Amino acid sequence: MIKTFKRGGVHPPENKISRNAALEQLVPEGVVKIFTSQHIGAPAECIVAKGDKVKTGQLIAKANGFVSANVHSSVSGTVLGIENVADYQGIKKPAICIQVEGDEWEGSIDRSAEINRDLSKTSEDILAKITEAGLVGLGGATFPTHVKLAVPKGKTAKAIIINGAECEPYLTSDHRVMLEKGEELLIGVQLLKKAVNADKAYIGIETNKQDAIDNLTRLAVNYGGIEIVSLKPKYPQGGEKQLIKSITGLEVPDRALPIETGCIVSNICTTFAVYEAVQKNKPLFENSITITGKNLKVQKNFIVRVGTPLSKLIDAAGGMPENTGKIISGGPMMGRAISNLDAPTLKGSGSVLFITEEEAKRGTKSNCIRCSKCVAACPMGLQPFLLYRLAELNMLEELKEKAVHACIECGCCLYTCPANLPLVDYIRLGKTRAMKLIVKPK
Amino acid sequence: MDSTILTTVIMLGVLAATLAAVLYIVAQKFKVVEDERIDGTESILPGANCGGCGYTGCRAFAEALVKADDIAAMFCPVGGNATMTNVAEYLGKKVETKESMIAVVRCAGSCENRPRVNEFDGATSCAVMAATYSGDTDCSYGCLGKGDCVSVCNFDAIYINSETMLPEVDEDKCTSCGACVKACPKLIIELRKKGPKSRRIYVSCVNKDKGAVARKACKTACIGCAACRKACAFESILIENFLAYIDPDKCRLCRKCVEVCPTESIIELNFPPRKPKVEVQEKQTVNSENATN
Repeated sequence: MIKTFKRGGVHPPENKISRNAALEQLVPEGVVKIFTSQHIGAPAECIVAKGDKVKTGQLIAKANGFVSANVHSSVSGTVLGIENVADYQGIKKPAICIQVEGDEWEGSIDRSAEINRDLSKTSEDILAKITEAGLVGLGGATFPTHVKLAVPKGKTAKAIIINGAECEPYLTSDHRVMLEKGEELLIGVQLLKKAVNADKAYIGIETNKQDAIDNLTRLAVNYGGIEIVSLKPKYPQGGEKQLIKSITGLEVPDRALPIETGCIVSNICTTFAVYEAVQKNKPLFENSITITGKNLKVQKNFIVRVGTPLSKLIDAAGGMPENTGKIISGGPMMGRAISNLDAPTLKGSGSVLFITEEEAKRGTKSNCIRCSKCVAACPMGLQPFLLYRLAELNMLEELKEKAVHACIECGCCLYTCPANLPLVDYIRLGKTRAMKLIVKPK
Repeated sequence: MDSTILTTVIMLGVLAATLAAVLYIVAQKFKVVEDERIDGTESILPGANCGGCGYTGCRAFAEALVKADDIAAMFCPVGGNATMTNVAEYLGKKVETKESMIAVVRCAGSCENRPRVNEFDGATSCAVMAATYSGDTDCSYGCLGKGDCVSVCNFDAIYINSETMLPEVDEDKCTSCGACVKACPKLIIELRKKGPKSRRIYVSCVNKDKGAVARKACKTACIGCAACRKACAFESILIENFLAYIDPDKCRLCRKCVEVCPTESIIELNFPPRKPKVEVQEKQTVNSENATN
């Protein structure tokens, strides 16, 4: 049976044009710049100094507190120093700059291609390895994985849900991992199950990736307690709360964490990284990134070292296409525009997407006609048109009353709005203001 | 026929009289006794309801003025000293005269000085833009030019210059209520002393990057070279994070810093043109004559 969530959602053209491009390693060269803050929470504390020699996979910045993550060197070479580097949105943050010299890996990392099927590790061991490897959620939010897997007292995790929906148009890196690293992925799922003592795991995959469903269903026979669930293609199926609803039918209560429903959701790439961290001793220093766009010469799915300049990825995919209106990091629905192509990639970078000028153009804004298309499209059951107006007027108390905190910024409202109102722009602003997330610079 | 009209008149008359009596009794019983000085004070205040005093409006401010014993710390920036003196006289309290202030925009990154490197097509709002990314130029501190300051101004005192795409303050209209200061997400606008004859000097830049980075992004950026600090005889210039700030309390308006600034990021306003510069246009020469007279 094909499952999906009921409330709201849209289905934009899928445009998964890079789906057949196999994963490719991109060799690092030149200088890589690795941010000390690539996750939600406190920035990691740098433990290397200028002139130090580092190896690939060596710890270079230590997690600063519980909600933080270790950062490892993605290359071997000499540390050039810690500088303020502009990220893809032009915001300057401290980063460790390393001159690449060869590619000598840390000795503890198992680089063999052999699949390690040993599942004898205890829950504590697995969690310790995940913490050590600096794993973060690679679906976009980059929340430290060890924090997510720490089940609060009094709660029990019944099921692990793996998000293979990849509901954003264009993106295909998760799809490729499911096809090419299927077995490793399933071992990762078993490890996650063991880490939180859950006895069931679901992998939710949209039916537009039938080959991935077939591949994993075939492999899952050898691994007990894993169910592959076919999902109807619909955005935002991959949203944590939507995915739980689709697969288990349970609703995550307002202001509560998914653990309330006994579920822990993890992304495909994160699960693969769990396998690598636990079985291969390999910290998180590379991730898969889709380079795609209708006018791009070659579609690519790269495995990229963290800190590689975005411009290098683009060169490797045949350079920037002529008719480019916008470059986006992430999918077209939730991604953010890239304003700085010299910026290094992050742990959580998922794609570089070239949008043509025609696609990028926003329609002319007109007045809200109260058609309530946005209300019908909102997967969280909010009233976007109202939140938009309240945010525009900076009415924070009213925004809180109308549950602005529940907005997942998926962009369905903006997608359906016939008046082309910048709904998400303002709701996001109102949300951060109402929740006091914006702190004025000093 | 007659009796019908008569009955109607009597009925309605009695009804009206009864209701009037009820209304009168209720009005007396639930009468709100309010200090009449509040009305009096409110009538003296400008009635702009801008919130510049820190209260929600003129009525709230009037109430606070009447309630407080010492009103020296309270000030209506719109009405200024004249209004506050009138209020003090009316209430029999004391106020201190304050120097009048004005909003200054500390960014000179016009399109010419600070080239645009990308285009923002989101909602026309500085707040949205600032929450999204660093801005459409290489300077991540400068004005975004979407006019949040213009839309909050109750007095039409700030507008975007269509050539430079930067906000400019109309000196006659600005009441220094501070609404624009609060609205600017980049903290570019500052309330400064208006100065004698409206003459004032300030650093028109808020970029805290290293000199080379700042200069690359904008021709008129403060590069923190400290030439102004050396030139200043009154120790009025502070340099922190590669950015100069002129302390308005110490500045004696000698204009030496303006002359030495290599990037012309220090701005002087309403001064007569300097004498030795002969090559200036005719019109300005006339001005300088007027000034010397």
